[in-house]
Amino acid sequence: MAKITFVQPGGASQTVEAREGDSIMQTALAHSIDGIFAECGGAMMCATCHCYIDDDRTGAASEGEQDMLECAEDEVRDTSRLSCQITVTEGLDGLIVHLPVPVE
Amino acid sequence: MIGQIVIVGAGQGGFQAAASLRQEGYDGRIILIGEEPEAPYQRPPLSKAYMKTGDAGQLALRPAAFYDTNAIELRKGTRVDAIDRRAQRIQIGDEDLAYDHLILATGTRNMRPPIAGLENTRDLRTLADAAALRDALARAERIGVIGGGFIGLEYAAVARAAGHHVTVAEAGARLMGRAVSSQMSDRFAQKHGEMGTDIRLASPVAAVTPDGMTLADGTQISADFVLLAAGVVPNVELALDAGLDVDNGIVVGNTLLTSDPSISVLGDCACFPDPATGRLVRLESVQAATDHARLIAKRLVTGDQSAYRAVPWFWSDQSDWKLQIAGLAEATDAAETLPDGTVLRLKGDQVTAVETVNNARAHMRTRKGMGQGSILTKEDFVSAQV
Ligand SMILES: Cc1cc2nc3c(=O)[nH]c(=O)nc-3n(C[C@H](O)[C@H](O)[C@H](O)COP(=O)(O)OP(=O)(O)OC[C@H]3O[C@@H](n4cnc5c(N)ncnc54)[C@H](O)[C@@H]3O)c2cc1C
Repeated sequence: MAKITFVQPGGASQTVEAREGDSIMQTALAHSIDGIFAECGGAMMCATCHCYIDDDRTGAASEGEQDMLECAEDEVRDTSRLSCQITVTEGLDGLIVHLPVPVE
Repeated sequence: MIGQIVIVGAGQGGFQAAASLRQEGYDGRIILIGEEPEAPYQRPPLSKAYMKTGDAGQLALRPAAFYDTNAIELRKGTRVDAIDRRAQRIQIGDEDLAYDHLILATGTRNMRPPIAGLENTRDLRTLADAAALRDALARAERIGVIGGGFIGLEYAAVARAAGHHVTVAEAGARLMGRAVSSQMSDRFAQKHGEMGTDIRLASPVAAVTPDGMTLADGTQISADFVLLAAGVVPNVELALDAGLDVDNGIVVGNTLLTSDPSISVLGDCACFPDPATGRLVRLESVQAATDHARLIAKRLVTGDQSAYRAVPWFWSDQSDWKLQIAGLAEATDAAETLPDGTVLRLKGDQVTAVETVNNARAHMRTRKGMGQGSILTKEDFVSAQV
């Protein structure tokens, strides 16, 4: 188990217990976190699980992930990640995930 | 607002319709009815990650609690038998259930071509199919596959990588013939050949036995089991019996409504006007199922009558190649390969679809460009080559 904190653009935050082996995207869906849509189910075919993570423990985005991020609907930053590409481990306990400002 | 919405089919699109209705702020009853025993799950991994790992825990579209939290009445293991349009009721065995709006999301089932001994084949459509196939794979050495389409080839790639002897028999002259250019078909034939898979083109299967399959030219291929992946047929019977228009799918207009203003259709079973050309098409993709669902939910909740215009996209993972298609080409569209391997499908000067392998950037740029309504030409891609 690892505690992950999701922070909405307005500042509201929610800390949840994440299951090891799940992705951050699955963790968000399991806890009905707003702002993660995950249209393609983690196949790296959309960028609707986009989030911002400023934490070295999650490593760097792969080239394919960066290509997808380039086309995210919301603002792309240096800390942009696809949450489907990060697997929860005990080592990620305390991770903070910021969600993008919704478009439209 | 509408009092009670019933969704028939709890797959990718049926689930999305229920979820999107709530997102749009609908607060009436939603009843989501599906024949399968599981809560809605994703099919694409069945021939990909799941076939490798057997981890069914990763397939669910949402955890079980989602349905309660969102007041979605999910009725699993329940088959809808008939629609009474005049009374606006559906029938489930002895029970009948009223609807104010009905969404048909019944998907497809495996096509069963007239081949002798077809009862000796296995399907790959549902989680139950996939679980049985994984078990069979663990005990098998030689595997036959009928059909060189996406599902047959994805399965072949997984089986081959696990060390099995795999033979794919395709009736057509090339692989994935309905969906990609001949250039792309050839590249994939070569790729599978290099992996050691025996690809037989123009080789219809004449018969299947417990020991393997016989090709039309008499060749015997021995196999411990044979996968049937020769395409699918849409589940249209409910609509047909209710007197709705059916033409390789349940026919809808550009807002995905049937001729009955109380019935919408989405996903694999829908035959809808292609926004780019106006011709009636039926797509088997996660994209179509989810984009259809969102449009219908929006229309029902907000009254927005906008025409459907989402850009089609699709992917297929075969070994370490990710094939991606953006847009929709007609069979007669030309094909041109660019130096980086991107294949453009062209109607005159206009790009109708772009096929790429392991090139997410080109794929996403195409989707974005088409989504903004731009007409893309060859020049747009040639200039991006350097
Ligand atoms: C092995 C496999 C791999 C795939 N890979 C990809 C891929 O890589 N990319 C991609 O884009 N697409 C892929 N697809 C296709 C994709 O899964 C479908 O396009 C998508 O599931 C369509 O959604 P749907 O809601 O229209 O139908 P489905 O998800 O098929 O759901 C239809 C549901 O309706 C139920 N049903 C039917 N009739 C009744 C009835 N009378 N009463 C109650 N329930 C009923 C069925 O049991 C089924 O559960 C794949 C499909 C398979 C099988």
